[in-house]
Amino acid sequence: METDNIVIRRARIIDPRRQLDRVGDVLIGGGQILGTGRVGVDRRPEGCRVIDGSGLVVSPGFIDLHCHLREPGFEYKETIAAGSKAGAKGGFTTLCCMPNTNPPIDTAAVVEFIHQRARQDSLIRILPIGCVTKGRKGHELAEMEELASAGVVAFSDDGDPVYDANIMRLALTYSSDLGLSISNHCQERSLSCNGVMAEGSVATHLGLDGIPAAAEEAMIARDIALAEATGGRLHVAHLSTAGSVSLVRQAKERGISVTAEVCPHHLTITDQWVFGSKGQPTAAAGGLAYDTSTKVYPPLRSQRDVDALVTGLADGVIDCIATDHAPHDVTSKQVTYQDAAFGISVLETALGSLLQLVHGRKLSMGAMVERLTNGPARVLGESFADLASMEPGTPADIVLFDPNAEWTVDTSEFESKGKNTPLEGTVLKGRVVATFAAGNIVYESPELRFEAPRAKP
Amino acid sequence: MSLSRTIETPNIDDALAVARPPRKHVLDLDDFSREEISEVLESARSMKEVLGRDIKKVPALRGRVIVTLFYEASTRTRISFEEAGKVLSADVINMSASGSSAEKGESLLNTGLTIQAMGVDTIVIRHPHSGAPYLLAQHLNKVSIINAGDGLHAHPTQALLDLYTVQDKLGVGGQGSDSQGADSRGSDSRGSDSMEGLKVVIVGDVLHSRVARSNIWGFAKMGAKVVLSGPNTLMPPDLLRSKGNIARSQIASMVEVDTNLDRAIEGADVVMALRLQQERQNAGFLPSLREYIRRWQVTDDRLAKAKPKAMVMHPGPMNEGIEISNSIAHGGSSVIEEQVTNGVAVRMALLYKLTIGAPE
Amino acid sequence: MQERLIMTQEDVRRALARVAHEILERNRGTDDLIIVGIHTRGVYLARRLAANLMEFEGVEVPVATLDISFYRDDLRARAPSKIQPTDIPMGIQDKRVILVDDVLYTGRTVRAALDALVDFGRPAQVQLAILLDRGHRELPIRADYVGQNLPTAIGERVKVRLIETDGIDEVALVIDDEIEEEELFEDLDLEEDDDE
Repeated sequence: METDNIVIRRARIIDPRRQLDRVGDVLIGGGQILGTGRVGVDRRPEGCRVIDGSGLVVSPGFIDLHCHLREPGFEYKETIAAGSKAGAKGGFTTLCCMPNTNPPIDTAAVVEFIHQRARQDSLIRILPIGCVTKGRKGHELAEMEELASAGVVAFSDDGDPVYDANIMRLALTYSSDLGLSISNHCQERSLSCNGVMAEGSVATHLGLDGIPAAAEEAMIARDIALAEATGGRLHVAHLSTAGSVSLVRQAKERGISVTAEVCPHHLTITDQWVFGSKGQPTAAAGGLAYDTSTKVYPPLRSQRDVDALVTGLADGVIDCIATDHAPHDVTSKQVTYQDAAFGISVLETALGSLLQLVHGRKLSMGAMVERLTNGPARVLGESFADLASMEPGTPADIVLFDPNAEWTVDTSEFESKGKNTPLEGTVLKGRVVATFAAGNIVYESPELRFEAPRAKP
Repeated sequence: MSLSRTIETPNIDDALAVARPPRKHVLDLDDFSREEISEVLESARSMKEVLGRDIKKVPALRGRVIVTLFYEASTRTRISFEEAGKVLSADVINMSASGSSAEKGESLLNTGLTIQAMGVDTIVIRHPHSGAPYLLAQHLNKVSIINAGDGLHAHPTQALLDLYTVQDKLGVGGQGSDSQGADSRGSDSRGSDSMEGLKVVIVGDVLHSRVARSNIWGFAKMGAKVVLSGPNTLMPPDLLRSKGNIARSQIASMVEVDTNLDRAIEGADVVMALRLQQERQNAGFLPSLREYIRRWQVTDDRLAKAKPKAMVMHPGPMNEGIEISNSIAHGGSSVIEEQVTNGVAVRMALLYKLTIGAPE
Repeated sequence: MQERLIMTQEDVRRALARVAHEILERNRGTDDLIIVGIHTRGVYLARRLAANLMEFEGVEVPVATLDISFYRDDLRARAPSKIQPTDIPMGIQDKRVILVDDVLYTGRTVRAALDALVDFGRPAQVQLAILLDRGHRELPIRADYVGQNLPTAIGERVKVRLIETDGIDEVALVIDDEIEEEELFEDLDLEEDDDE
């Protein structure tokens, strides 16, 4: 369908790239942003549809640097089709999908398969991330240049760390002329051992093996040293500890090329949620304990870690928010905590979760939008700047959301095949009203209000 | 004779005054109140009377079906539950992971659903994973679950029998077998069933011990002072420090940790040695068994520093000569055999409690 | 809610004295007698009967206690969570057992008590002594000694109070004003133990 002209009226426009935050109109046409500001009735193109944006926020569409679309290989957990719908519903217009597929994204052929599948099935932009090592095995570098030429936007062995320090050093060195980041899942396995949740009080109470914070921090420290030595671009995936924030802060102060992401769940919920009482204080574990939907890597941690992550995000030490959307089939979670798969289905709850921070005055609306748009675009590189902009002439990949709409998370309404979220049944405040990709409405909620067409005066 | 008068308060029957909803599962002691623990221990006393009869059988649970579902080897716990069920006239079916469909890869949940579909009333489960009984409790709506040991997490029936044994020995909580001993310990200040003022020392691998975890809840709720002693490497990290990323747990607030057993044991009323899995040495938690024995074995010399009538407990099976010396294990202070006997009575009390509490 | 007094303290005393005499008369003395009280109030009545026998004959008749929780046919609906001690130190083999309870109603408690008794041996005879018989039997059980007969309606409740448990000796009939309450108690199926 050729895109119509649409004007969104009287919305709060947040365009972090231009440091714009004010109420106005947005005019879309031909798949692009035609203008922002005041669009008077006389300036509206013929047949232009008008959306009442009052009370809503409009911003560039969100970019997720880290999600798992599971295709090819694990289509029973998620597909590019379902994942892209979930992304659109969550306000995302760009998803970077991790290569822990089967086969993994370690050849140009798999990259091409994903591109083809995305053209066919996806409503939004899908950007694959290529493997660092062949088969994600950690032994030999993947053909990184070929992957880059085929269109991967970063490298990662996500799900597994690049555990061999020398391979990490070589990967950073080799890729330093490709202009792409290496996103590392930092987990020192000799420290995390059999851990299934954060080391600490809840793990002790529930008798679960703990993952010490040092398991993450030790590898981040290692990678920072390697990034400094090689000049490669290091991106630290999903920070979860206060110590990790300090490490990244210090590295940035020393001018090392390092960027970092944090996930909505690590910013909003703690290891108390493993008790199954949705974070409510509880003296006893009770029958709901061992909520396997809280099992995620890195694990949910203490309030102190959550606070440090929010601070790090607010002050810019952490560049961006990534979902680490990790959908799973029901069976993978209906087992003991020890046997349960790691991962949370996040795309459709991310905005509502993050707005808790905005409503709680821990993060400004502008900063939240920046970390969902311009932040990840910067990590991807200068050539992706347009994805995070609402300047005239940029693609009309935008999201319109109501920051105050309250809704109850009901996974039966999820577009994602993954219903695995600890937020099931909780109330979130803030929800996407419409998502536009290249000017097309790829998601609209019943809240979307078109104004009746009016004749020109 | 036909005197009439009005009663001011609507006198609903005493049975109704017990407002606590009936318990459906026994998963851990963390959700037991002191009153509820006392009630179980008191009920166990009546059960012990039944065990002392010539005809050790009462029809209380006639027609009820109990399945013991064990994914780990066990002798005493399983037999103890089986005897408890049978003395109460329940039908007890034993199922172990080997030789069942669990061996063919059937998931725990599906096994549980299958057992439920057969009309079973109670599942007694032991599983190597912490929280396995909770998984069944979450998904099975018609069956009561009793945790007979889950991973590192909990072993509530063991803790209750330990509490019973201590009460019985010290004469707290009703007609004990040694009430004089209680007097010499100045039990007058205690309530009828509380363990206020008692010092309980738990020695060994607390990190990997479900017995320790449940006993900490149990003894602490009953008012005893609990001291943990053992290698720092075998203590839960959050019990060792309160700084850094580690938040102190509720458990941490209920115990003291003293790695020096010679000091920790001073004035103890109860010394509980935990089983030391020999593989802990290989995993690097310990330099050697020799060093463990030197620092943490419960010996005559060390016990001499405890109270004169201090009792020694062990959840079994024992590694004699490692966590406990031979002479202590079979000496006069050992109550290890009583623990086993009392285990049946306590499990009878729990099976009975769940049955009368279960909805129709 | 109203109460109608059925037996005063004096009535209770006289009834127990008469029952003690009847026991002596029927058994021609106290040889091989043992009095077994059913928890809770039956135990206190058993002790009083024993005291009467001591007074009248100068003989100490052994008193035992019996908790019938394990033997109920309605375990889930009404068993108390608290089990009281069963204590029959002398055994009942070849003894004449006087089973004592406060109220005889459906007969189910006595049925459970008979089952419980035989687990302790084979008595020569079991006789039943009851303070108040209110009728409405559901089983073929009758009392050998009755303090007082009282025809009642099914919805009514009888309260037996004893000094040992309630600070006063009396028996009262409780009349509910509200039909709803009557239904409530019927739902709960409270029978002769409604005094507990």
